[in-house]
Parts: sequence; structure tokens; C-alpha cells
Amino acid sequence: MKVLCGIGGSDDSIRALERTVDRAVTADDDVTILIVENPDSPRSTPEIVDRAQQTIDAAGLDADIRTVEGDPGSQLVSIAEREEFDEIVLGGGQTSPMGKITIGPIAEFVLLNATTSVTLVR
Amino acid sequence: MSPRRFPEDVADDFPSPPMTFDDRSGRAVEVRAYDGSEPEHEALVAMYTSFDPADRAQGIPPGGESRVRDWLEAILDEDCFNVLAWCDGEVAGHATLVPDGDGESYELAIFVHQDYQEAGIGTRLIRGLLGYGQRHDIEKVWLTVERWNHPAVSLYKKIGFETSNAESFEMEMSLRLCASEDDE
Repeated sequence: MKVLCGIGGSDDSIRALERTVDRAVTADDDVTILIVENPDSPRSTPEIVDRAQQTIDAAGLDADIRTVEGDPGSQLVSIAEREEFDEIVLGGGQTSPMGKITIGPIAEFVLLNATTSVTLVR
Repeated sequence: MSPRRFPEDVADDFPSPPMTFDDRSGRAVEVRAYDGSEPEHEALVAMYTSFDPADRAQGIPPGGESRVRDWLEAILDEDCFNVLAWCDGEVAGHATLVPDGDGESYELAIFVHQDYQEAGIGTRLIRGLLGYGQRHDIEKVWLTVERWNHPAVSLYKKIGFETSNAESFEMEMSLRLCASEDDE
């Protein structure tokens, strides 16, 4: 399967990265990791690129890592359509101090606008 | 994270628990602070293990006793504020304030068991929790609520919460409970 994993650097996006890479190793997925701008991210873009590279290296996976600028939701949706991905994978939301799950604006945009399947990783 | 917004005006004074009243079905209800004892803890576990999954919001309360116990362990911690509504020896409702990472503000949540809903208990319970928070000089309170949950949104508005962020699936609302020390 051709998988587009969108990460902005929040903790839940790092979980999505790890799960996507783990799954790709066993399922032989063709993975592209798309690093998007997330103003709420606690990590800088170079840090996220390093993290993604380390994760795929550790798993022995050959995956593309790309960085895009501009609105993250629309970039994910349009790249998935243009390059005929089968699935978009995203982090499944942040957890509040109370334990409530909140879904961010990137995931909301992708869920409502993508023509591919979307997986939110918990 | 961008900083949360809070109303400039301080909310009214809320009543401090314990308080007793009859609900709209004529049942005697007492709202009081959680005392941390084993019987109170177990009564709260019992409320959540029989909680209707349809009333879950944003993943809480979780399903299953072990997940309920783990979740309660986090929110019944010493630095949290918990108030229970009791009816006939059972916990009818629970409201909680959990400190944010920044230590300045508290996240609020309230749950009323399905056997006790639409009887005016939730309003008394949240007012009691906020009174308890005022007594402990908590300045800022916020919550998130699903936008389509109109009964909850209108309850929070009636209490004095204002919408602070409406950009996501979940709406964020906030309230200034006490004046900050800098203003005094």
C-alpha cells in the first residue's frame, strides 16, 4: 500500500510515525513521510526530520522524507490525490490533563476533505 | 501550544460545598468534596463502571473497570479538586478540576450518571465545584466540549463560561474564577 504519513511534530504525530514505520516493515508498504508546518509543535522542523530519519533507519526501511510549507491540511490532501496515495496516516489527537482527546485542525481538515482513507493513530 | 484566553471579568461567587437540595424528581441530593476514603473511591468507581457509553465525551470516562481505575488515579490526585453528588448512598455525579501543565489553570469536567440526568443535579454540582475552587483561590478554569453538545454548552454559558477557541472539533470555553494576585 502507498502510505502518506503526515507529521507536524506533536507527540501524537510521532506515535503515528512510529506506527506507520512498524507496519510498513511487515506489510511492505511504500511510505512517504511528509513533514508539515504545525505552529503548535514543540519540535522544530530539523528536529522532526532527524527523528523521522532515525526512525526509518532503525527499522531498516527505505522511505521518502519530504518537508512542505504552507497550509498543512491542504498540502496533505492535494499530495495524496496528485500522487495517488492509498491512505493518509495522522496522529490521533492530543490528550488533555483530564484525559480528554482533542483532534487538531489539521486532522479535522484532512478527515473532511481527503478522498483517500485516513487513519488516526491512537 | 498558543496560550489560552480567559475572560477579563471575574465570575460571580459560587456556593461552597457541602450543600443539600431536592432534585427535580424529589430525590434528596448532597454535593460535597471528595474525601479520598476507600468507600467514596469505590462508590465513584461503581458510578463509572455502570456509566452509559453513549454519554462518553472525547474518550472519557474510559470503558472497563481497570481503565476507569487508572483514569481516576490520575484525576483524584492530591493536586486536583473533586466534588461528588450523592443520592441514596450512590454517587450520582462527579465534577473535577485538574491542573494544567503550566500550573496556572485547571481543566474542568463533569459527569452525571444516566439515572440522575435532567434533574438539575449537574448545575448544582458544577456550581459547587466552582465554589470549592474559589475557596482554594483557583484563578482560571477551562474546558472543552463537543460543539454539537448543546445542553452542555448552554449549561456552561449559564454558569458564566465564555467561548475561548472555536477552531477545532471541540469548542474551548473558559472562566476567570478569582482575580489574579497581580491585580490585587
